[in-house]
Amino acid sequence: MKINGYSLANITWAAAAALTLLASAAQAADKVKIGMLSTLSGPGAGLGVDIRDGFNLALKHAGGKLGGLPAEVIVADDQGKPDAAKQTADRLLKQDKVDFMTGVVFSNVMLAVGKPVFDSKTFYISANAGPSQYAGAQCNPYFFNVAWQNDNLHEAVGKTVQDKGFKKVALLAPNYPAGKDALAGFKRYFKGEIASEAYTPLNQLDYGAELSKMRASGADAVYIFLPGGLGINFIKQFVGAGLSKDMTLFGPGFSADEDVIRAVGEPMLGMFNSSQWAHDMQNPVNKRFVADFQKDYGRLPTLYASQGYDAARLMDAAVRDVKGNLTDKAALRKAILAARFESVRGAFKFNSNGYPIQDYYLRVITRDAQGRVTNRTLGTVFKNHADAYAGECKMPAL
Amino acid sequence: MISTEKKSKSVLPPRPGLLDHPLPRWPSALLLLALLALPTLLGALGQEFYVGVASRILIFALAASSLNLILGFGGMISFGHAAFLGIGAYTVGILMQYGVDSAWLAWPLALLVGALFALLMGAICLRTHGVYFIMITLALAQMLYYLMVSLKTYGGDDGLSLPGRSSLGLGLDLASDGTFYYTVLALAVAVFVGLQRLLNAPFGHALQAVRENEPRMAALGFAVVRIKLIALTLSGSLAALAGALLANQAGFVSPSMMQWSESGMLMIMVILGGVGQLYGGFVGAVAFMLLEEVLSTVTIYWQLGLGAVLLAVVLLAPNGLLSLGAKRDAP
Amino acid sequence: MTGLLVLEQSLNGLQFGLMLFLLAAGLTLVFGIMDMINLAHGSLYMLGAYLVASITLASGSFWLGLGGGVLATAGLGALLELTVLRRLYARDHLSQVLGTFALLLMSNEAVRMIWGAQPIELSPPAALAGPVQLLPGLSYPAYRMFIIAVGLAVALLLYLLVTRTRLGMQVRAGAANREMALAMGVNVQRLFTAVFALGAALCAVAGGLLGPLLAVQAGMGERILILAFVVIVIGGIGSIRGALLGALLVGVVDTAGRALIPLAAQYLVGAEAASSAAPALSSILIYLLMAGVLFFRPQGLFPVHD
Repeated sequence: MKINGYSLANITWAAAAALTLLASAAQAADKVKIGMLSTLSGPGAGLGVDIRDGFNLALKHAGGKLGGLPAEVIVADDQGKPDAAKQTADRLLKQDKVDFMTGVVFSNVMLAVGKPVFDSKTFYISANAGPSQYAGAQCNPYFFNVAWQNDNLHEAVGKTVQDKGFKKVALLAPNYPAGKDALAGFKRYFKGEIASEAYTPLNQLDYGAELSKMRASGADAVYIFLPGGLGINFIKQFVGAGLSKDMTLFGPGFSADEDVIRAVGEPMLGMFNSSQWAHDMQNPVNKRFVADFQKDYGRLPTLYASQGYDAARLMDAAVRDVKGNLTDKAALRKAILAARFESVRGAFKFNSNGYPIQDYYLRVITRDAQGRVTNRTLGTVFKNHADAYAGECKMPAL
Repeated sequence: MISTEKKSKSVLPPRPGLLDHPLPRWPSALLLLALLALPTLLGALGQEFYVGVASRILIFALAASSLNLILGFGGMISFGHAAFLGIGAYTVGILMQYGVDSAWLAWPLALLVGALFALLMGAICLRTHGVYFIMITLALAQMLYYLMVSLKTYGGDDGLSLPGRSSLGLGLDLASDGTFYYTVLALAVAVFVGLQRLLNAPFGHALQAVRENEPRMAALGFAVVRIKLIALTLSGSLAALAGALLANQAGFVSPSMMQWSESGMLMIMVILGGVGQLYGGFVGAVAFMLLEEVLSTVTIYWQLGLGAVLLAVVLLAPNGLLSLGAKRDAP
Repeated sequence: MTGLLVLEQSLNGLQFGLMLFLLAAGLTLVFGIMDMINLAHGSLYMLGAYLVASITLASGSFWLGLGGGVLATAGLGALLELTVLRRLYARDHLSQVLGTFALLLMSNEAVRMIWGAQPIELSPPAALAGPVQLLPGLSYPAYRMFIIAVGLAVALLLYLLVTRTRLGMQVRAGAANREMALAMGVNVQRLFTAVFALGAALCAVAGGLLGPLLAVQAGMGERILILAFVVIVIGGIGSIRGALLGALLVGVVDTAGRALIPLAAQYLVGAEAASSAAPALSSILIYLLMAGVLFFRPQGLFPVHD
C-alpha cells in the first residue's frame, strides 16, 4: 500500500520503463490502483484529510488489500480548485491508469473532474461530493456516491426547523453548486418565512456584513451551510457578535462536526445539526472504526472520515464480488450497485441512480459523559430517504 | 571572360545592430528538430502522457513570448496579460457551448477578440506610465475576472467543461495528443518566426527605441502611443490564441485562468528566461514548467525548490537564464 | 436599512480599512524609500499570523502571542533584508519582482512544511470574545472594537514617529529624494533595515489581529497583498498619510459595496441574478475606485516624490 502522490514510485517506473514496457500489458489484474484526489490544502483541507485517513484506516483493517488484491493508493491534492483538479485527474487516469477514483470534497470540483473520469470508463466512488446533476439529468453509470446527495442533510434540518416551530429563518451558504443545492433542500421542507438568504464567495472569510444583515432581519433561527474552515470563522464571528443569544443556530452535519468543534469549542454548545452517521452509533463496525480512528490519528472521526471508510469498504466488496476481474465493467458495476458490505451506519443500499437510500438523524452539540464538547444523536428525522432527483435520471448504457 | 565583379559594400547584409535579434541558425534548427522528434521519443519510452504536458509547455511558451513583446521589447509591464489567455479560452468555450466547435472559426475569432480587448486596454492604460500602468492593467484584468465569475450562464466560478477539442477537419483529429502537439508546434513556430521578423523590421526597431527613450522618440516625430498600441494589440491577440489552445489542451475553461496570480506567473516566466531576449519567453516558460513538473515528482514541497532556483537565478544572472555567463552590461 | 445597520457596517469598514493600513504603511515605505517592489510583503503578514498563533497556543496567552509574534516577525524581516533583499535594491523592478516572488513561494511552502497544510487555530482572548453594547440596540463584537482601537493607536504612533523623530525625518527625506538624503549623510544601510523591520512588525500586527477573524493558513497573504498595492497606489507611493486615507477609502468602499450592492441588485434585477452579480460588482468596485482616483490624480492622493 503506497500513499504518496508523485513519489519515488513514479521515478523508478520511468527509469525502468524500457524494460517493463513489454511486461506492462500483462499486469492489469495484479493489484488495485486507487486515485485519491482530495482537497489537502486551503480552507477545505480538514475534510480531504479526513476522507483520506478514513479510507486508509479501512485499507488497514482489510490488511492493505481490496477484495483480496493488494491496493495502491495514489494521493493527490486538488487544492479545492476545479482546473487544478482536472489536470491532476487527467494524470491519474492517463499516466497512473487507476482502476477507481475517489476523494473529491467539493461539488464544483466534482463536476469538472467527472467528464474525464467517465470518458475513461473508470468508476468514481464519491466519498463526499453529491451534486444534484449526477443524481438526475446527468446521471452516469460510472458514478456512485456512498455519502448522500447534497440536498439530503439540508432537507433533514429543514424538516427539523419546521417541526420545532420556528417562524423566521436567515439562510447563508457559499456561492457554488452544493450551496445552491443546500438551501434548495432546506426550503423543500421548511415552509415558514425566509427572512434573508445570502450566498457568499467560496473564499470569503469575513462575515461581518452578513451578520449585521442577519441581525437586522429579525430572524429567530439561522441555518448555515459552511463546510469546514468557512464554518469555523462564521461560528466564531456569530458568537462574537452576540447573535447566539437571540437566534438558534442550525446547520447540516458538515458545519458542525469534530473539525469545527475542535477549532471553536464551547461557543458551539446547543447547535443542532443533521447527519447520516454519528460516532455514537452502536453497531459493531462503527465501534471498531471510531475506536481505531482515535487510536491511529488521535482525534474523533468526522462524517467525512466515515464516508472515506465506507468508500473503501464498498470497493473491497465489489472487487471481491468480481473476483478481481476489473476489466469486465458491466459485472463490476453490478457488484458496486449491490453494495454487499456493512457500513459504519448499519445497513446500506443504493438507489437506481447510484446515490444512497438511508436514514438521517438529528444531532445536537453537547457535553458527553467524559465532558468533551461533541455531538449527541437525538433521534431520526427521515427513514429510508431517497434524493429528490432520482426520477429525472435516465441512466445511459455503460 | 574574366569578370572580376567585386561585391560592393552595400550588397553585403548589414551587421546586426543593438536593436536586431538575429536567429541563431544552428541552435534554432537543432531545437526545431528536437521538438519535432519529441512525441516519437516519448512514445518509445512509454511516456505518452508527457506529450500532453509538452503541448501545455509550448502553449505557455507562446503566451510568454507574446508578453515578452510588450514587456521585454516594448518596456510595458502589463500585469493583466492573463486576461487575454482567458479571453481566448472563453471564446472557444462559449462557442462550443453553442455547438460551434470548428477551429477555423473559433481560433481566428479568439485572435480578433483578443485584439479588440487589447485595443480597449491600450486606449485606457497607455496614458499612464510606470507602476501606475502596472496597476491599471492589473485592475482591468481583475475586473474581467470578476465579470466572468459572475456570469453563471458561462459557468461562473466553476468554469466550463468542454465537450471535446476544436475540430480541424482535414482528416486531423485534435483529440489525439500527437496531432494536437504538432498543431501547437506549428502555430508556435509560425508565431515565433513572425515575431523575430517583426523585431528586426523598422517597427520592431521603433518599438525597442521607444522602450529605451520615449521622450526622445516622441521628439523625433514618432507616433509613440500608436507604436505601443499596435504592439499591445498584437501581443494581446497572440496571447488569446494561446488561450484558445490552452482551453483545448485542458478541456476546461475557468475564470481563475485570468487571475492576477496567473499574470504574475507569465511575467515570472519572461523575467526568468530573459527580458528583451528573443528566446526569453520560450526559455522562461520551458524552464519554469519543467522545474515545476520535475520537482513535484520529487517532493510535495516542490514550491520551496522552485523558489530557491528562481532566487538563485535572480541573484546570479543579470537578466534571466539567457544572460547566465554573459558579462554584465553597462547600465 | 436602519441607521443602526449603517453604523454597524461603517464600523466594519473602518475596521477593515485600518487593518489594510497596517499592511499598506509598510509596503509604501519600502516602495517609496528603497524603490523596491516587494511581493513577499504578504508573506510577512502570513508569518506574523502563524507566529502569533503558535506563541499563543504555546503560552496560553493571546497578549504574549501578539507581542512575541510581532517581535519575532520584525526580527525575521530584518534578517531577510540583511541577507537577500539588500542585493535587490540596485536591480531593476522586474528583477525585484522575480526575487520577491521566489521568496513568496518559499515562505508559503516553508509554512506548509512546519505547520501543515490545514488552517491553524487562533481565537480571540476570552475577554474580547463577546459583544459590547455601544448604543441601545447596537451591540458590536468587542474584538472588532479592539482592532479598531489598535489600528488607530498604531496610526497615531506612526504619525508621531514620522513627524517627530529623527528616524522619521530620515524616512521622509529618503522617500522624497533618496540621492539627496544619501548626500546629506543619512546612514542608508541602517535606515533601510529599520524601515523594513518596521514594515514587517506592522504586517505581524495585522496578521495577528486578523487571525482570529479570518483563517490562518498558507497563502493568506496573496489575497490581501493585492488590496495593499491598490491602497498605496491610491494614496500615493511613499506617503503614510496617503496609505491611511487610501486604506480607509478602500475599507469603507469594499464594505459598503458588500452591504449595499446586494440590496440594490436585488431591487433592480431580482434575487436570482443578484446573488451572482452582487459579489462581482462589490469586488470590481475597488478597482473602479483606483482607476477613478488615478484619473484625477495620476500620482495618487498624496504624492511624495519630487
